[in-house]
Amino acid sequence: MESKYKIMKTIYSILFLGLILGFTSCEIDNYDKPDAFFSGQITYQDDPIMVGYNHVKFQLWQSGFGNEGPIDVHVDQDGSFSARMFSGTYRLKLNEGDGPFKANFVNEQLGDTILVDLNGDTNLNIEVTPYYMVRNPQFSISGNTVEASASLEQIITGEDAKDIEHATLYLNSTMFVSNNNDENVARGDADISELSNLSMSVDIPGDITQDYIFARIGVRISGVEDMIFSPVEKLTF
Amino acid sequence: MKKSIFILMIMAVAISCTSDSEFLEREPTNILTQDQIFTDPDLPLTILADLYNRYNDFGTVKDWASLSDFNVAYWSEAGRYGHFQNTDRGYGDWGSWDYGYIRQMNLFIERLEASTGLDEGDKARFSAEARFLRASYYFSLVKRMGGVPLITNSEEYDFSGDPSYLQHPRETESAIYDFVIQEAQEVKNMLPTDASTKSRATKGAALAMISRAALYAGSIAKYGASTSQVSLPGNEVGIPVSKSDAYYTTSLEAAQEIISGQAGAYSLYNKKPELSDNFASIFYDKSNNPEAIFVEDFMLQSGKVHGFTISNQPRYGAEEEEGGRINPSLNLVQSFETLEGECVPLPNKDNSGNFISYDEIDGIFDGRDARLKGTVIVPGSSFKGRKVDIWAGVQLADGTIVSGDSRGQQKEFPGSNGQEQVVGFDGPIDGLEFTAQTGFYIRKYQDPKAGSGQRGVQSDVWFIRYRYAEVLLNAAESAFELGQSGISADYMNQVRSRAGITTELTPGDITFDRIAHERYVELAFEGLHLFDLKRWRIAHIVLDGIPISPDEITKDICDATKRETQPYGLWPYKIHNPGSPDDGTFIYKIVKPTRVTGADRFRFGNYYSEIGQDILNNNPLIIKNPNQ
Repeated sequence: MESKYKIMKTIYSILFLGLILGFTSCEIDNYDKPDAFFSGQITYQDDPIMVGYNHVKFQLWQSGFGNEGPIDVHVDQDGSFSARMFSGTYRLKLNEGDGPFKANFVNEQLGDTILVDLNGDTNLNIEVTPYYMVRNPQFSISGNTVEASASLEQIITGEDAKDIEHATLYLNSTMFVSNNNDENVARGDADISELSNLSMSVDIPGDITQDYIFARIGVRISGVEDMIFSPVEKLTF
Repeated sequence: MKKSIFILMIMAVAISCTSDSEFLEREPTNILTQDQIFTDPDLPLTILADLYNRYNDFGTVKDWASLSDFNVAYWSEAGRYGHFQNTDRGYGDWGSWDYGYIRQMNLFIERLEASTGLDEGDKARFSAEARFLRASYYFSLVKRMGGVPLITNSEEYDFSGDPSYLQHPRETESAIYDFVIQEAQEVKNMLPTDASTKSRATKGAALAMISRAALYAGSIAKYGASTSQVSLPGNEVGIPVSKSDAYYTTSLEAAQEIISGQAGAYSLYNKKPELSDNFASIFYDKSNNPEAIFVEDFMLQSGKVHGFTISNQPRYGAEEEEGGRINPSLNLVQSFETLEGECVPLPNKDNSGNFISYDEIDGIFDGRDARLKGTVIVPGSSFKGRKVDIWAGVQLADGTIVSGDSRGQQKEFPGSNGQEQVVGFDGPIDGLEFTAQTGFYIRKYQDPKAGSGQRGVQSDVWFIRYRYAEVLLNAAESAFELGQSGISADYMNQVRSRAGITTELTPGDITFDRIAHERYVELAFEGLHLFDLKRWRIAHIVLDGIPISPDEITKDICDATKRETQPYGLWPYKIHNPGSPDDGTFIYKIVKPTRVTGADRFRFGNYYSEIGQDILNNNPLIIKNPNQ
């Protein structure tokens, strides 16, 4: 009996020690939590640039804390983005080749880097120059077919102008619609001989069981990885 | 008595004290000093052996997956299906940045130079070998990263607090290629001219490296012009198009030096009358193999062995309950031409869309390029004398299919004779690892020796880094790009006739697609395909993230830009229809393994691997690669 008592005593003292450690190890953090909320949209003349989900990102850099590393901020389908940050001054960099647009020139010293002063909730629209904009997209359903039309406005002309590789209507069963394999169930190319008047149609696959589908027009610019899109349209049938 | 013990003790202490100073000055017995090493030729050789051992291979038999990526095969291992379910590769994939290795090679070269105790002949050879290895690693770096800092001597920090003099910017991509070519040119005559030396650098190895490196540089210059976004303004990435002809000429000349026999007696391997066996033997016959130029060798019971055969042997009846991982895809299998030299799909259906039935299970593969059965184990062929058992099920007269979900399963079905086997012991069973889920296993680099499939023995098959057929194809490509299609056709025909193809190519037949296709089938599973896709700047076209439709898979099978985003399979079914002439025959169905849900996408940022942020932080002179 005595040995059992001894064991119990040991167990209790271990538990008690743990309890003391548990109480003493907690201390209030000496850093404040990230207090700034950075949000906004990628725009051209206040029109949002529509891209694929997670296709486009930009980087935030901050000096003054040892080695620098980029903080990637991903852009949503409708061109919007948000990030929870510490207050401070950041350099915002749109990486070349990322996104269906060119970054705007700020000034000689900064090039196309944008200085962002984050303090509390900050909203900033990043103005860029896209190669093309998808204008006036129209979607309709007739029978089992989704039909769409749009016009393309060429924004960058002259030396940096680029051609269109294909303009495609994508359908998906969820609201994420893009050229990414997982984000479309059907696609149909448009005739791109007349950019001001694109029309395309695609059949709804037979295995869709819901009574609605999401559609979107995407445009691939030759030599540019990320496509530019129209807004996502929910179609009910 | 006590007194005498006391005296003895004092004496003992006194004696022991005197030897202390010697104790501190004893030579260490577990390290060799530099002076000691560079006197005996065996000792520098051990350092060199370590440098050889760290040679950077992209694909190697030590890592089966590295040889079978990019949908030339499906991976039949449960933990690896994710590889076929994603789209993008990381920008950092395939990167390398081992300047520690370069420093050790630099130190070795310098110390060897300064040493006095060695025979001059040994010294020259060791030095040439180390320079060959250093050039090889710079070649590896430039293939992966583009231009990198070129460090050719060991650098010392002076502890002044300012290390900025140790920071070097990236050289241009062509400067690194030039360095590789120039070093190999300089050392080639210091290396032995000996075709029987395979695992150490020889003149042949140096020339083969020149032919490959110059070809890569030439095609980056030529085809890089079409993808101007994959370049940097300082040419750290990208080579001006004006340099392409000079590189192609260098490549052709180096290849021709080997072909004309100036580097030793190299030739195509042609020892066996059966052409498929002959082709497979190139990769495991280690005695007087005239084709292998430079290899990583292995030896049984030495500790240096590999498990390629264990990982990939046909699973049924294997020496270990393991194997079957690499399942070559239909995409690759169908691109082996017919013996008449035609690119046609495997005939599984007739013109009206009905399945063609074959009496023999491998009937569909008859009359194909001998390299097919030398590279791939198809249904009906054998490994180590045992026939593989690959068939997917039984098809009844009414079209229903009876199959099983475990290897070699038996079932009763209408018209069966009691319990009958309904699926092969090697599968294919969709989703069951180690079965031939595409209907194929790999043959290339599999070791036919007894014991090679046992974990306790493993395999000593070598890995060939440069071989004669690649040199011929390098020469064929360079000659074609230089407008010498006649020479090109001759080299291509040598490779093709070894594979049993009877129709010779005429100079007019030589096109870019022909050459790309020949490399695809001849050099499959040798770790070269990615770099071909990269240097021709077609990786973003063939891996564009769009799934391959069943209609598309059998079209344009010899086009260089055919989509390669997903692996397909071809499954044999046994017809069960007693009384009909078709009973017991086989039909073939094209399938896509259901675990394949993603479609690979190669982004512009994948052409050159990402340089790590830690490297960029340490050296602000280094600039990032484009599109990342």
